[in-house]
Parts: sequence; C-alpha cells; structure tokens
Amino acid sequence: MKRLYAIGCCFLLTGSLFAQPTAEMRPVEILISAAASLTNCMDELKSTYMEGHPEVKITANYGSSGSLQQQIEQGAPADIFFSAGIKQMQALQSKGLMLDDTVKNILENKVVLIVPKGGEMLSSLDDLKKASVEKIAVGEPKSVPVGQYTEETFKNLGLTEALQNKLVYAKDVREVLSWVETGNVQAGLVYETDAKISDGVVVCAETPEGSHKKVIYPVGVVKESKAVDEAKAFEEYLFSDEAKAIFKKYGFSVI
Amino acid sequence: MVDASPLWVSLRAVSLSTVVVFFLGLLLARATMDMKGRKAFLIDMICTLPMVLPPTVTGFFLLVVFGRNSLFGRLLKNIGVSMIFSWQATVLAVSVVSFPLMYRGAKGALKQVPKEHVWVARTLGMKEGRILWRIMMPEAWPGVGAGLALAFARALGEFGATMMIAGNIPGKTQTIPMAIYFATAGGDMRSAWIWVGIITVLSCVALACMEYAGRKNE
Repeated sequence: MKRLYAIGCCFLLTGSLFAQPTAEMRPVEILISAAASLTNCMDELKSTYMEGHPEVKITANYGSSGSLQQQIEQGAPADIFFSAGIKQMQALQSKGLMLDDTVKNILENKVVLIVPKGGEMLSSLDDLKKASVEKIAVGEPKSVPVGQYTEETFKNLGLTEALQNKLVYAKDVREVLSWVETGNVQAGLVYETDAKISDGVVVCAETPEGSHKKVIYPVGVVKESKAVDEAKAFEEYLFSDEAKAIFKKYGFSVI
Repeated sequence: MVDASPLWVSLRAVSLSTVVVFFLGLLLARATMDMKGRKAFLIDMICTLPMVLPPTVTGFFLLVVFGRNSLFGRLLKNIGVSMIFSWQATVLAVSVVSFPLMYRGAKGALKQVPKEHVWVARTLGMKEGRILWRIMMPEAWPGVGAGLALAFARALGEFGATMMIAGNIPGKTQTIPMAIYFATAGGDMRSAWIWVGIITVLSCVALACMEYAGRKNE
C-alpha cells in the first residue's frame, strides 16, 4: 500500500512538471541582466511592473557588470542589459550586440567609504592609511565597475601605493558589502545605494567630487532579444515617473 | 605577460592540504573502519558532507566559525592569528572540501584488507601504527592512492569556499580558479585560456597518477 502511494505521488509530481498554462495565459518572458547594485531596486520594479502587465514575466540575473557583459557576449539569452558602468555597455555596443537606439544613460550613483557598524570610524579616505585598518574590501577593478571607480580615486588621491597591501578584491559590489557587514574587513568602498540597504554598515565619507569619473548606469535592449517589443516597453517603463520614484527611494539619482 | 602568482598560490594551498588531508584522512579512516552503528554513521556523514554540500555552504560554515566576530575567530585573534583573507585560509578551505574524497577512498580500501593479515601481525607483536603502515597500506594502496589523487584534483579546483574565506588577493590568496573567474569577468580571455589550459593539464596528471597507482598493484 505504501509503495502504491509512493508511485502515485511520483506520477502526480511528474505530471505537474509538464503541465503548462494554456497558450493565451502563457506570459512572454524577459530576462534582465542587471548590475548587482540594482538587486533590491530591480526586484521591486519588476514586481510592480508585472502587476500591471500580466502578459510579461520578468526574470532578473544579477552579477558584476563585467560578468554580465561576458555572458551576453557568449550568447546568454538576455533581453535587457542594465550596467553599472558605461565601459561594459560600450563594449557590447562596439561588438554590435545592442540595439543602439535603445541604449540610454538612466541613473547616477555615488561611491562611499563604509565601515562595519560599531567599528572604528574614519573621517576621510586618507584615514585608510592608518595601521588599524588592516584590510579594505574593494571591487575587482577589471570586472566590477565600483572597483574601477575606487582604483581611479585612489590613484587621483595618491593612495594607491600606501593601500596596495590592504586590498581584498571582491567579485561584485554586494560581496564588498557583506565582507564589511561581517566585520571581516575594517573598511570598504561601495555605492551609496548599497550602503543604504544595509543596517550593518556606516557611511564615513563620500569620494571627493572629481576624484573619479561619474558613476553612470546605462540601460539598453540586447539585439538578440526574442521579445524586443516587450523589452522596449519595460525599458520605457524604467523612465516613467513611477519607476523614477522607486529609483530615488533606493538612493539613485535619476538623470 | 600573465602574472604567474595564481599558480604558486594554488600549488602552495594544494600541496599543503594534500599532506594534511592524507594523514588526517588515513588516520581517521583507520580509527573508524571497525566502528558500527549510529556513531559510525554519524562520523561518516559529517566527514562526507563537505563533498556533497555546495562549496558556498562549506564556505559559510567556515566563515561563521573562523570569522572575526565568531567565538573561535576571536580566540584566534587573541593569540595573534587572523585566518580570514590570509593564505592559510586557502589551505583550510581546500583541505575541508577535499578531505572527504581521501577519507572515503582510504576507508573503503582499508576495509578490503583481509582481517587475518592484521590478526597475524598482532599475534606476532607488531605495533598498530606499524601494522597500518607495513601491512595494510601496501595492500590498500590502489584505493588510498586513488582517494588521494581525487582529493588533490578537487583541491586544485576549489573556488567557492576559498573565495568566501580567503578573498581574492592577487599574489596571496588568488588561486587558479579565481584567476579564471576574474579574467573571464574582466574580458581577458587570453589569460583565462592560459589558466584553463594549466589547470586541465594538472588535473589530467593527477588522474593519470591515480590510474598508475591502481595498475602498479594489479
């Protein structure tokens, strides 16, 4: 009897795997490859959008902009690319992988210095030279945009050499944040928006104006997209007032 | 030119961990091979878990145990040891992840050794350590060697747990798998190919050694 029951369960489970909604119910799927720093904001945007548009299902893939760029180059089926750096977007454009007229700059962010809550406060980037700061988490400069800005800032402030042996390179901005949150490093450089979502870190200082290129987020539709119209519609939504309010809530400045 | 440091970091971590894992795995396998019942089951399960758990889970546990804010981490800090983001952390991570392969391999092989041989040695007054080394090991070597080679290969390929507790510090904790990840993410396909080639060759060598160890005793 027990065995019969088990077999029955198996059949039911297998059946449910293959069961699909009827044709008119099946939503069009759009895959968004978005920078790790957009995670929370994008989660809210996509659920708000899907409420009003049951005909589309939005899935998001988060990572460092560099990895996402590589994945798209290697044929990942992304429909929209939302990068934290202009460099990664331009790389895809130069390879003819983006629909050029859809690529637009949309957001601006800031790079800030954070320390763990309850850790030693630092008053400026110069304080990173202190001996009490043993390890500093930064993004890996070649693939993580915030790492590029950080590297540029250190260079312009003449800190590169003094800090070189203290740096730990994270694979995306969220990893920097978690290393600081857990107190395993004494300081880190992340976007203002990342610092804002965490209760475990304190913002000590902003990077000085002009010490690095502006942090601009471009967005665009991928040429290979199989749902260009739906993707364009969602991109348009990102520029709407409703979306702008959500971006602002998470600390971004809308361009 | 591609920076060669990931090769040295990887070789240091892997060679040290292989030595540690060989002795720990062998001794623990010997100590538990005759155990039966619930205790044996529990030890087996704990010692095998890192093999089946995602490396990120192993990394998470290590971070919780050795992190600066944990009890054990603080204890270590008081005696001046900081595990997280140090090269020692690479050894720790790859040891934990590769340990089960050696342990399981050695245990299975030791169990195959005829009990009579051990008993005979005992009646002749041989010490237990010597029995393990001179009687059991020669007979069990193909299996033990295979476990060791697999542990070596697994250690070489470790990425997740290492990244979580050792971080990515070029020249210090950046292993070959990390170099591949960051080269790919940064669009440096040439370096990625070079490292992929090197790690593939090293892994093939490890597997060839395993084959050879198995054949020698046939």
